[in-house]
Amino acid sequence: MRLLPLGLFDKVKLGGTPMATNPNRWRTIDIVIASIIAVAFGVIFWAWGLLWNGPADAIPLPGRAVLYGMWLVPAVLGALIVRKPGAAFYTLTLASLVSVAIGTSWGWTLVVQGPLEALGAEVVFAAFAYKRYNLPTALLAGTAAGIVAAVYDAVVWYPETSWTSMRLPYIAITAVSALVIAGLGSVLLVRALAQTGVLDRFAAGRSRALV
Amino acid sequence: MTTFASPPVTNPSALLARRNPVAKLAAALLFSLPLLATLDPLTPAIALVVELTLLPLFGLRHAVLAKQVWPLLLAATGVLMTMVLFAADRSGTVLVGLGPFDVTTGVLNSALGLILRLFAIALPGVIVFATTDPTDLADALVQNAKAPARFAIGALAAFRLLPLLGAEWQMLTLARRARGVDTGVRGFPATAFALLVGALRRGTRLAVAMDARGFDSGVPRTYARRQVFTRADVALMAGAIGLAALILGTTITLGLFRSII
Amino acid sequence: MSTVVLRGFGWRHAGRRAWAVRDVDLRIEHGERVLLLGPSGAGKSTLLAALAGLLPDDSGEQAGTVEIDGRSPADARDHVGIVFQDPQTQLVMARSGDDVAFGLENRGVPAGTIWPRVSDALDRVGFPYPITRSTAALSGGEAQRLALAGVLALRPGLLLLDEPTANLDPVGAELVRDAITRARADDTTLILVEHRVAEALPLVDRVVVLEAGGGIRADGAPEMVFAAYGDRLADEGVWVPGFRVPALKSPAAAGNEVLRATEVSVANRLSGVSIGVGEGEVLAVTGPNGAGKSTLALVLGGLLAPSGGQVSAFGDPKPPHKWRAATLTTRIGSVFQNPEHQFVTSRVADELAVGPRRTGRTPAQIKEIVDSLLDRLRLTKLAAANPYTLSGGEARRLSVATALATAPRLLVLDEPTFGQDRRTWIELVTLLATLRDEGHAVVAVTHDDDFVQTLADRTFPLGSSRPGEPLPRRRRS
Ligand SMILES: Nc1ncnc2c1ncn2[C@@H]1O[C@H](COP(=O)(O)OP(=O)(O)OP(=O)(O)O)[C@@H](O)[C@H]1O
Ligand SMILES: Nc1ncnc2c1ncn2[C@@H]1O[C@H](COP(=O)(O)OP(=O)(O)OP(=O)(O)O)[C@@H](O)[C@H]1O
Ligand SMILES: [Mg+2]
Ligand SMILES: [Mg+2]
Repeated sequence: MRLLPLGLFDKVKLGGTPMATNPNRWRTIDIVIASIIAVAFGVIFWAWGLLWNGPADAIPLPGRAVLYGMWLVPAVLGALIVRKPGAAFYTLTLASLVSVAIGTSWGWTLVVQGPLEALGAEVVFAAFAYKRYNLPTALLAGTAAGIVAAVYDAVVWYPETSWTSMRLPYIAITAVSALVIAGLGSVLLVRALAQTGVLDRFAAGRSRALV
Repeated sequence: MTTFASPPVTNPSALLARRNPVAKLAAALLFSLPLLATLDPLTPAIALVVELTLLPLFGLRHAVLAKQVWPLLLAATGVLMTMVLFAADRSGTVLVGLGPFDVTTGVLNSALGLILRLFAIALPGVIVFATTDPTDLADALVQNAKAPARFAIGALAAFRLLPLLGAEWQMLTLARRARGVDTGVRGFPATAFALLVGALRRGTRLAVAMDARGFDSGVPRTYARRQVFTRADVALMAGAIGLAALILGTTITLGLFRSII
Repeated sequence: MSTVVLRGFGWRHAGRRAWAVRDVDLRIEHGERVLLLGPSGAGKSTLLAALAGLLPDDSGEQAGTVEIDGRSPADARDHVGIVFQDPQTQLVMARSGDDVAFGLENRGVPAGTIWPRVSDALDRVGFPYPITRSTAALSGGEAQRLALAGVLALRPGLLLLDEPTANLDPVGAELVRDAITRARADDTTLILVEHRVAEALPLVDRVVVLEAGGGIRADGAPEMVFAAYGDRLADEGVWVPGFRVPALKSPAAAGNEVLRATEVSVANRLSGVSIGVGEGEVLAVTGPNGAGKSTLALVLGGLLAPSGGQVSAFGDPKPPHKWRAATLTTRIGSVFQNPEHQFVTSRVADELAVGPRRTGRTPAQIKEIVDSLLDRLRLTKLAAANPYTLSGGEARRLSVATALATAPRLLVLDEPTFGQDRRTWIELVTLLATLRDEGHAVVAVTHDDDFVQTLADRTFPLGSSRPGEPLPRRRRS
């Protein structure tokens, strides 16, 4: 029995010794850093949910979807830092699991929705053969995740609402929000993190001056 | 914030709380996911009754539950607002006349269905996570669900840092104050960024510490804490499917079931 | 069961120009017990990391070779156990017992023998709690014991210990040394890094001194090494046994009281303490692990609001924890127990400039302050480095320097001297003595007996006896 689609990562492992230098094999540090990003964003999701259902209630839907992009950041951020197959998927899936564990207002259907959104971003990185981690790819991945998320919401959470005045605008606004917050936001965040030296063991963080 | 991250406040020896974490997780999914397909209020209402009846078997106190469930109330008001503003079908008797936003019995019926469904789906998840220790869950995922050990343990090690983040936040605020930087609303983004940087830095060291103790050595891992998957666990999962089928069956036979598509 | 051979070994951390260690040729035989010495920043921790196979290719550049029983350290990892300088970063699992079991599971030890080995290891280090104790709730010293248990349980052939008693009270340090002595019986090769030589000597039969610029300064049986090179080693910063440090007691009695705390308490952490400190005096706060010393330091530093009692300072009607941050830094400077908790920038020089800038100094003044502190504490070469990449001793000195930079009238220091070699120790202590003689007040939490003997004008023991007023001034006879 297999509950989480984590099995994806089995295939990444090479048959031989673990020290085999397969560039796609996750190092311990890859796993831990992706997990920590996920845990941190699990908490941010929780806070964002309170914002969404609390103060932001003043902005009626679909307009409130401008905030949506935050829920997709870990997918892009995880991939930009780890740069391995499965990074987008693992990071966002775990982040949504963590947010479920600490209690969200959507209950734990996020266990289903998280991996679906994550696949949206993963597909984009896969389409570039896991070789491109630049701004355009990030924007595209963020948007893809946003569209998956919004379509899921439109079908599952907002059935019986009007397509023209609610569901289509909702999907469009979410996509733009994801492009800006998840796509652009992640690129900027990686840049800022690289400055602090915490990403020194990742390709994203090298190339600082010698001291 | 959560019972999952802090010591369980429940009675861990309760009949169903004792079950294998993976079985609990699977049972909760099997029970609640079919409910996603419904729009009528009756199906989730029956499910909720069933869930609340089973609650004592998980040894969960209602006070604990209430603490976990209150965010759902926020979401419920959101659903109500959305339906009033955007419901496509405004049939039925008009209760409050607001022109294009007429509140009709049809609108309220749909909203009620969605809200009840929200609770019915969320509750099993809340119950499972409140009665499950994260270490046990990771162990069971690896041993019984064949999740890759490195990822499950890595995630667990990161999850352990969660309660420490609060202490870290406090420490950062102190540090900034000691250095003459006032912390308030304006300092919030800087402190939050510093917290993320600190968490990642800890992660880097944690990874080294794990490697130092042979985490990535390629030797097949053994398990100090055995998680067993017994017949009772299978029964729990079968029971979940049975109950879900029974509930859907009831509303379908009564002709009250409305599907999402 | 391990023989270690290094040939021309060197390592340069990514992002650094200078080599952390260089030109090390060393052979350590199976079962030998070696004390590794050297000034702060000489590369001791780096060398241990190399032996444990924890310097991945992408984190720097290697020269020469390292072999453990003829294998590369990465391959020999299952025979090596290491305890890091900072034990808190070493704990992986949420419960103490699980944490000790973690290494055993990774090495595929049969499930049935794991728990007996866990409880045996915990007994050996005197870990006082049940195995379900949360690893997040341990004080610094307790975490150090747990980390050591996690490594002893693996029964490593090569045991690497980096300052294993730095944060321990004397009782704890004694216990850990006992545990190490007993591990010796299992014919383990041991490499121990410890600045305080006198305490470590009974555990070892060979001393290796690293040279700061590269190479090995001295190597041999302890008596031989210290007899032949004692004076020079002491000059270069090694705590050679028998070399005293000069006493720096205050010539004058304490002046006006600058701060007084009356019956302060913090729920669950500190109960009813009354303490005061005057201008021109150094007050040492001592006591066992977990007594509440760090908590008291935070309260006195105006960083934590006491849950009971009052603190008043500098004649201000408001208590320190209600002052504005900019006011606080000019009056009270704090140094935290963990230096890294204190850093707010990503450059050493910026770190020192933060305080003076907040208090409105001109750029020229700031530069002068920063440069002179860097120079006095031997950090000039690291001015542009990231504070989080410093060695243990360097990070400690930087954190003390940040508090000195605003020249506050009162300094509250939590373990200001741990991890220092003799030379930087004297530098630090002299700096504090100068400030004291200029009329500044100093409160120092410390486990360091030399510090108390040398500098403290009064001692305030917390926890062990009932907390009350300070003991009478302690004089060296
Ligand atoms: N991760 C790192 N990145 C860059 N430089 C580093 C890193 N770790 C250590 N260094 C540098 O390498 C040198 C040697 O450091 P190391 O920690 O090995 O010293 P040490 O002998 O253990 O000193 P101490 O007694 O102060 O702990 C120092 O100058 C330090 O700044
Ligand atoms: N943030 C915290 N929250 C709750 N309890 C704490 C916290 N920090 C410390 N404690 C507890 O308060 C007590 C006093 O801790 P404190 O850190 O002040 O001790 P200490 O005397 O400095 O010990 P050490 O010598 O090990 O540094 C300990 O029992 C500790 O477990
Ligand atoms: Mg060191
Ligand atoms: Mg302390």
